[in-house]
Amino acid sequence: MQPLLEVHDLKVHFPIKKGIFSRTTGYIYAVNGICLHLDPGETLGIVGESGCGKTTAGLAILNLIKPTSGSVCYEGRDLAGISKKEHKALTREMQIIFQDPYSSLNPRMTINKILSSPMEIHGLYKGARRQERIDHLLEKVGLHPEQGKRYPHEFSGGQRQRVGIARALALNPKLIIGDEPVSALDVSIQAQIINLLIGLQKEFNLSYLMISHDLAVVEHICDRIAVMYLGKMVETAGFKQLYTNPKHPYTQSLLSVVPVADPRHKRKGNMLSGDVPSPIHPPSGCYFHPRCPRRMEICSRQAPELKEAGPGHLAACHLCG
Amino acid sequence: MNMKVKPNTNLLDVKGMKIHFHSSEGVAKAVDGISFHLDRGEVLGIVGESGCGKSVTAKSIMRLIPTPPGKIAAGQIIFDGTDLLKLSIQQMRRIRGNRIAMIFQEPMTSLNPVFTIGDQISEMFILHRGLRRKQALEQAVEMLAKVQIPEPCKRSREYPHQLSGGMRQRAMIAMALACDPQILIADEPTTALDVTIQAQIIDLMLQLKEDFHTSIIMITHDLGVIAEIAQTVAVMYAGKIVEQAPAVDLFDRASHPYTQGLLKSIPKLGRRAAKGRCDLSEIPGIVPSLYRLPQGCSFYPRCEKAHAVCNSLMPDLHSVSEHHRVRCWLYADKGKRKD
Ligand SMILES: Nc1ncnc2c1ncn2[C@@H]1O[C@H](COP(=O)(O)OP(=O)(O)O)[C@@H](O)[C@H]1O
Ligand SMILES: Nc1ncnc2c1ncn2[C@@H]1O[C@H](COP(=O)(O)OP(=O)(O)O)[C@@H](O)[C@H]1O
Ligand code: SF4
Ligand SMILES: [Mg+2]
Ligand SMILES: [Mg+2]
Repeated sequence: MQPLLEVHDLKVHFPIKKGIFSRTTGYIYAVNGICLHLDPGETLGIVGESGCGKTTAGLAILNLIKPTSGSVCYEGRDLAGISKKEHKALTREMQIIFQDPYSSLNPRMTINKILSSPMEIHGLYKGARRQERIDHLLEKVGLHPEQGKRYPHEFSGGQRQRVGIARALALNPKLIIGDEPVSALDVSIQAQIINLLIGLQKEFNLSYLMISHDLAVVEHICDRIAVMYLGKMVETAGFKQLYTNPKHPYTQSLLSVVPVADPRHKRKGNMLSGDVPSPIHPPSGCYFHPRCPRRMEICSRQAPELKEAGPGHLAACHLCG
Repeated sequence: MNMKVKPNTNLLDVKGMKIHFHSSEGVAKAVDGISFHLDRGEVLGIVGESGCGKSVTAKSIMRLIPTPPGKIAAGQIIFDGTDLLKLSIQQMRRIRGNRIAMIFQEPMTSLNPVFTIGDQISEMFILHRGLRRKQALEQAVEMLAKVQIPEPCKRSREYPHQLSGGMRQRAMIAMALACDPQILIADEPTTALDVTIQAQIIDLMLQLKEDFHTSIIMITHDLGVIAEIAQTVAVMYAGKIVEQAPAVDLFDRASHPYTQGLLKSIPKLGRRAAKGRCDLSEIPGIVPSLYRLPQGCSFYPRCEKAHAVCNSLMPDLHSVSEHHRVRCWLYADKGKRKD
């Protein structure tokens, strides 16, 4: 089967400019060489601490940020080499949902208008069929067609996220990137949106790239998970492997600090000390070595490659492979 | 002093507190008759979704409710024998930051961007302890060391924006604990942090509680955080406490349909990997607006177990065991469930 999406050695380096001549004095190595692939109907999760490059990676995959190097192939076609017209056609198939639905919905537009504009841009669903389509979308995400006449501020956070999802669905996409789509929602609303996303995926055979810092949510939603640290991928595996048999010390540490709703549960060792280092001056060797509870002499000298640690399981650590 | 007097363990007693906000939309009963107490050395967790009144509760103890639009409509806050609501502004100033301190989700709201960390912490010693600047600065550096900030001397000369989010939160804890308060109120102190840094801050708070014998009120929306830190828990919904219990009882025998619903709606780490995916159960609907609360039990429009009486009368807090109380009609008959 051809993957829907194939990302190879993707890099996004933001230049740091200083002085009146805007000289580039350095780079923020936000995404520093990641590879991933996504099959039709599959859900891949990207996890990691804030600032590790998750959002930048998502935006670069959609070509909303220009990658510094590397390739993004969609259904076998390299996005870098396609024409403007082809690119416009592709934007129908790849959509994004943001964390904060409020800031991504125009406050002066009704929900009907918000949902009709992508169809307008692409000249789809003309005449009476457009309102039919909007009503259908609203029902699909659990809203009443009646509510289409209202404005974003009249909705709760969860309902606004439903509108964001309806907008993403408007053009029948194949791929939806969710950038922390439930992180800003209240606990009792999170489950509603998670269930909605899972239901829509089954119904429309969607592929999801789910970016999140919440490891429990990612386990629940995703088939495979990629763990990022300082712009690099340190481990990737199917959810079962990753959660029962994590190989990389960073993944192990991340999993050990997730709070568990059981007062008898005691956190087990492996506590990460310190903060994530700056992506402007990443550490030598393995980027994780200054915080790693299991570092060895080699770790500060040599960067570990991603190596096979089991079937479909890769880890970049000198302890593995 | 009479050595036979039993030590009074009760440090803070909040009784029947009501805080109302007046606006063009009407009156929001943000806190509607809540009572709880805090023992010496105890960690009380207050948990609930956004808008349920957690921050208003915390601010009212510090007397930081803006009036107007806010108004303390009823209640008592007995701290170490005195009702804080009866104190003058001046008397309250001597308590705030000194005997009761508070930290927030965003440290920048209480750290001043134009002063160094060291200056801000030493200010506490100058203000409340009457120390001179030089001594106060030494004490400030010592506090930074106690909250495990590396190179405390160097850090004390830096400005808040030069610190990472986790370090800023540590600096704020240092400032809050500078005067050795009896109560530390922490309003979502880890919500903006990564889980890795959150774990460090929780461990730090638990360590400092032992070292300083501080009682803590921990406010959060995260039941996982509550389970890690709290000994007793109050669950709030729409301005009221709906369930109150020792932490172990709350998680083992959650009794209010809202608490039960919350616990069933969060994915549990490792569960799918071990047992396969089970559906997350949802609490239907949304939290009601405080300006349009339903009649009867505030939770009834979302409640699976609602029955006839629920939509007309607000239930009292009923005991299900000695320290476990639930605001739900199911338990009205002396703790026996009626379903
Ligand atoms: N437009 C930008 N210009 C400069 N730096 C950026 C930009 N966007 C993100 N960054 C930086 O890149 C790094 C990765 O950011 P981001 O992708 O937002 O991480 P995450 O989503 O994992 O929290 C961070 O250090 C961030 O400050
Ligand atoms: N300054 C204010 N003016 C008007 N209403 C307020 C104000 N502060 C809080 N409220 C009301 O009190 C309710 C509870 O707020 P808060 O205690 O901040 O909730 P949370 O549980 O999220 O901390 C809010 O829903 C809001 O209606
Ligand atoms: S390579 Fe070394 S430093 Fe990096 S994670 Fe593995 S053991 Fe730790
Ligand atoms: Mg992000
Ligand atoms: Mg709050």
